Amino acid sequence: MEKAGLPSWALVAYLIAGVLFILALRGLSRPTSSRSGNRFGMAGMAIAVLTTLLTQAPIPPGHWWPRPTSQDLVTLAKILGAIGLGAVIGLTIARRIQMTAMPQLVAAFHSLVGLAAVLVGWAAYLDPAVFGILDAPGTIDPLSRVEMGLGVAIGAITFSGSIIAFAKLNGNMSGAPILLPARHAINGLILLAIFFFIFGFWHSQSPIDFWLITGLAFLIGFLLIIPIGGADMPVVVSMLNSYSGWAAAAMGFTLHNTAMIITGALVGSSGAILSYIMCKAMNRSFVSVIAGGFGTENGSGGNGTKIERPWKRGSAEDAAFLLAEAEQVIIIPGYGMAVAQAQHVLREMADLLKAQGVRVKYAIHPVAGRMPGHMNVLLAEANVPYDEVFELEDIQGEFAQTDVAFIIGANDVVNPAAKTDRSSPIYGMPVFDVEKAKTVMFIKRSMSGVGYAGVDNEVFYMDQTMMLLADAKKMVEDIVKALQH
Amino acid sequence: MDFIAILSIFVLACFVGYYVVWSVTPALHTPLMSVTNAISSVIVVGALIAGASTSGIAASWLGLLAVVLASINIFGGFAVTARMLAMFKRKDR
Repeated sequence: MEKAGLPSWALVAYLIAGVLFILALRGLSRPTSSRSGNRFGMAGMAIAVLTTLLTQAPIPPGHWWPRPTSQDLVTLAKILGAIGLGAVIGLTIARRIQMTAMPQLVAAFHSLVGLAAVLVGWAAYLDPAVFGILDAPGTIDPLSRVEMGLGVAIGAITFSGSIIAFAKLNGNMSGAPILLPARHAINGLILLAIFFFIFGFWHSQSPIDFWLITGLAFLIGFLLIIPIGGADMPVVVSMLNSYSGWAAAAMGFTLHNTAMIITGALVGSSGAILSYIMCKAMNRSFVSVIAGGFGTENGSGGNGTKIERPWKRGSAEDAAFLLAEAEQVIIIPGYGMAVAQAQHVLREMADLLKAQGVRVKYAIHPVAGRMPGHMNVLLAEANVPYDEVFELEDIQGEFAQTDVAFIIGANDVVNPAAKTDRSSPIYGMPVFDVEKAKTVMFIKRSMSGVGYAGVDNEVFYMDQTMMLLADAKKMVEDIVKALQH
Repeated sequence: MDFIAILSIFVLACFVGYYVVWSVTPALHTPLMSVTNAISSVIVVGALIAGASTSGIAASWLGLLAVVLASINIFGGFAVTARMLAMFKRKDR
């Protein structure tokens, strides 16, 4: 059965909303156009919401504008109240959130999209008439049953998976992988069962099948994410981003709504591409990430037979002297810098160096933060101009002409073992060629800790390396003081 | 609209998404995620339809709850994206 009488202007309006969402993403191709892109997104959302509200009240024949009854006005008031409540909560969170906490926030937001999709699916099941998906009284169109089943399942997985991702990122739950015995078999069986019940729901519209789909999908969402370690969370967050899109698309199929379908496809592909980029940056296959078990919270190295090797320790004054003499300095920040809250004082150091004629560039590895592009946001927050910030492939060739490679809070992304040691857990991961720089400065709390992957780093022991052992923020503050003299 | 028409829109939109997202600069991948998050809340359309239902009480309350959740996302998502994008500045020349 066709959806009862959506006027053509509404169909066009939904299409326009979809196009505006495409333009919103398109705007992000450059920082200069990104702000207008965001406004396109807002406009698209406003159009979609207004169109839906206007088409909910009956339009009498001969009119093109709805004539709301007093009951419609009461409903409208409730809906506006719900939107207002959401707006207050959303805006408050957006204003207060710290940039280091963006990964948790995004995970939390994904869970809301997932839950909203589940609720809409439930509502469509309980009251199919308002969604116009009835074949005959009491019989939901079979195709819509499949779409609803899929939408609710993906929404529920997105919800419970994002809750776990949030808890791991926010520290409510250990980042260490939790490995259940026979988890692959269990997960496989549950997934099969979900498909079986979707088939059953398609076949007979049985309520038990519908509720089982929801329940099992919630369960599998938890089970899929708990074995995945903290180091792989950027992939997980991107993957859940993708799922939230597919959930919206599935509901769009149920509602025959172009805006939802276009958005779902955009968000679904966006999350999938980001997952791919993150996997590639760690040289891990998507399957091995999803299978889980990689990476422990503090990755303290298991190799007890470590040989003591000579290394050189430098002071803040030594570092300041060499930095001021340099022609070009490349700063390689890692998440440790953000944990130490050193980004602002780092930018101060860069400003002082620039004032002395030193060229300062920042080199960012795709996995430098806790989510794709996280480090760029953290540097932007510290007022680092974005045209001084370079991606791996754009700056890799410059290390040979660089006087100082300044590594702060990073470790694995400069480990040459990734290029040479086939037995290393990070082998094949793209890393910065810091060993080509004349001097390497490596800020580290102590010589004992190792990176996420738990492997030793050859860079510590190179002739041209100066280890700066201190808290990152304290060390950079001392360098700034030394530079000011 | 019949299923094939909708499916065509979906498949073409996937291709559009693929090319548009690859053109996003890696520096803006975090804002990309927060803005995709905001726009995926277009699921609010379904929530509004359910919330406006006068025939099913359960459906309308589920719908209203979904409207609240989606609105948190819409306002929070666009606002936090705007906040991040405002921080990306060029060098002063």
